[in-house]
Amino acid sequence: MAQVAQCPECEAELSVEGLLVGEVLYCPDCSAELEVLNVGQPEVALAPQVQEDWGE
Amino acid sequence: MRIAILASRVRVEEKLLVEALQQRGVELEIIDDGQLMLDLARPDERWRTFDAVLCRSVSQSRGLAVSYVLEQWGIPVLNAARVTATCNDKLLTTLALLQAGVPTPRALLAFEQQSAVQGIEELGYPAVLKPVSGSWGRLLARVSDRDAAEAVLEHQETLGGYQHQIHYIQEYVAKPQRDIRAFVIGTRTICAIYRTSAHWITNTARGGSASNCPVTPELNELCVRAAQAVGGGILAIDVFEDEERGYLVNEINATMEFRNSSAPTGVNIPQEIIEYLCAQARQTHGAARAQLVSTSEGGTR
Repeated sequence: MAQVAQCPECEAELSVEGLLVGEVLYCPDCSAELEVLNVGQPEVALAPQVQEDWGE
Repeated sequence: MRIAILASRVRVEEKLLVEALQQRGVELEIIDDGQLMLDLARPDERWRTFDAVLCRSVSQSRGLAVSYVLEQWGIPVLNAARVTATCNDKLLTTLALLQAGVPTPRALLAFEQQSAVQGIEELGYPAVLKPVSGSWGRLLARVSDRDAAEAVLEHQETLGGYQHQIHYIQEYVAKPQRDIRAFVIGTRTICAIYRTSAHWITNTARGGSASNCPVTPELNELCVRAAQAVGGGILAIDVFEDEERGYLVNEINATMEFRNSSAPTGVNIPQEIIEYLCAQARQTHGAARAQLVSTSEGGTR
């Protein structure tokens, strides 16, 4: 059985299969922007907000 | 070979770079800049296991800070910290371009509202106000009259930090609803795109659409000169087309985004970046080995 992470905003279960640590995904239930913290033991957190110095 | 990618977020660009590294059989590690704690006088041995570090932090300040530290520790970083520092700052970029004789739009610097308005009126309306360290085309203002200029300057001085009180004022170049983004790697313009938008800000991050721009010898020569002016490396050069003066280099980006540019140009940009990165890493190691041999020979005499 695939391990899943839990959305910290709405507690929906999310698969992080095929993703990389640091990648961003959106919770399909509450649309929260999430960042993958761990794929071995799936864990996600709310993604940091865009900062003024972000960009190219 | 072992490469580290320094990142704040793994975006499409970083995934494409990872794929390109994997295709070459290069060992890689993605390092999250948010997790770092660098003991400045005690280089972490982990970094010495890398032949080179590719700085892809979306946070300009974090990427630059880490690049400075790694360079001091003797770890090859691309782009070099001084290149990133110059490109992150519109004032430094303009100065570098002017020093190298690369054509660029006229720009003025002022620190107070009254002198800024005076500068804007010297250039003539419309003029463009930019934060010196802005990115993704944010906080750019095209001001068309004195009322607008005074309003924007007052907002900057009241709501912004101290950096927003450094007024970088650029002439408005009436571009043909597009500008050019050219990708320079080393001494070659590998491809270029037109960024077309009905809006005067043409950044693809702001909705501009990408199409192929043929790299003519003239465009290549200009963009390579612009890249060399800031120190060279893996760079994206933003170019305006002016009816009378021809090409004008507007800005240079040190951590370029390229997700929308490989398809229209047919150039595999991440692969080109990785080939250059690996070549640079080999070269640096060759030089370091030569230095080691020379030091050791010197010591036996």
